[in-house]
Amino acid sequence: MKVDGFRFLPRTFRPLYEGRGPFPGEEDPVWAPFEKRLAESRIALLTSGGLYLKASQESFDLEREQTHPEWGDPTWRAIPAAANRLDLAVAHLHINDEDLLADPEIALPANTLAQLVGEGVVGSATSDHLSVMGYQERSLEGWRDKTVQELIVHLRDQNADGLILAPV
Amino acid sequence: MPVLARWIEAAGIPTVVVTMMPSVAEERRAPRVVGVEFPFGHAFGMPHDRVMQRRTLELALRVLAGASKFGTRVDMDMEWPVPLREAYQAWQPKVASPIVRKLLEAQRSQQNSS
Repeated sequence: MKVDGFRFLPRTFRPLYEGRGPFPGEEDPVWAPFEKRLAESRIALLTSGGLYLKASQESFDLEREQTHPEWGDPTWRAIPAAANRLDLAVAHLHINDEDLLADPEIALPANTLAQLVGEGVVGSATSDHLSVMGYQERSLEGWRDKTVQELIVHLRDQNADGLILAPV
Repeated sequence: MPVLARWIEAAGIPTVVVTMMPSVAEERRAPRVVGVEFPFGHAFGMPHDRVMQRRTLELALRVLAGASKFGTRVDMDMEWPVPLREAYQAWQPKVASPIVRKLLEAQRSQQNSS
């Protein structure tokens, strides 16, 4: 089966995504070989669903996005792998967040990953997973120099052997 | 997100992008791509459907650990179990996002001036 990537997208928005090619300077292949066996590897997850811990973390900045539609908050949040659904909130203006609040596993499958760890399929999961707010591609400002560098430091600190990224 | 994956991959950490728009991720030169024909906001499947979520995550792990070369794309062979019209409506925010409002206004003013 070949996925139709535009099946759920309003037709008028298709040209915004299709046929635009790579970003300038991002044409060449990049490749980090996955060297270990999965059963000996530590895996991290990253969602762009705008999840954050409602008791201890600030929301992503939606107010500025309302006044600057082409801007998206480039900050990130560490989400403990053991976080409870009820600890999480969603800051995202581009999707209906009802399903995500009801079951965050649809974007950040931390429990499913923990289950695979328990079965020995995966060696371990990082103690924190990562959350950003989507919509970063129109403005890469703040991402390459700050956010991504922080994410890389965090992933290295957590000894992550691989990262699964899931845009909303 | 594909660009984010590229930068993290360039730092030596292997990545896979699980996405509803795999052709876009390919165009943006993501190293490994798993395509899912699911509505936005649901990269791993239906809420509370542990089987669907697990199958998607397992495919992502297989591609992450097993892909042999840059640009590998594997699509998930699973249909969204909700009628298209209903699913198409359900994922969208109740209020259009700021950028969508701006684009719609631009389209309207273009139509009015032509």
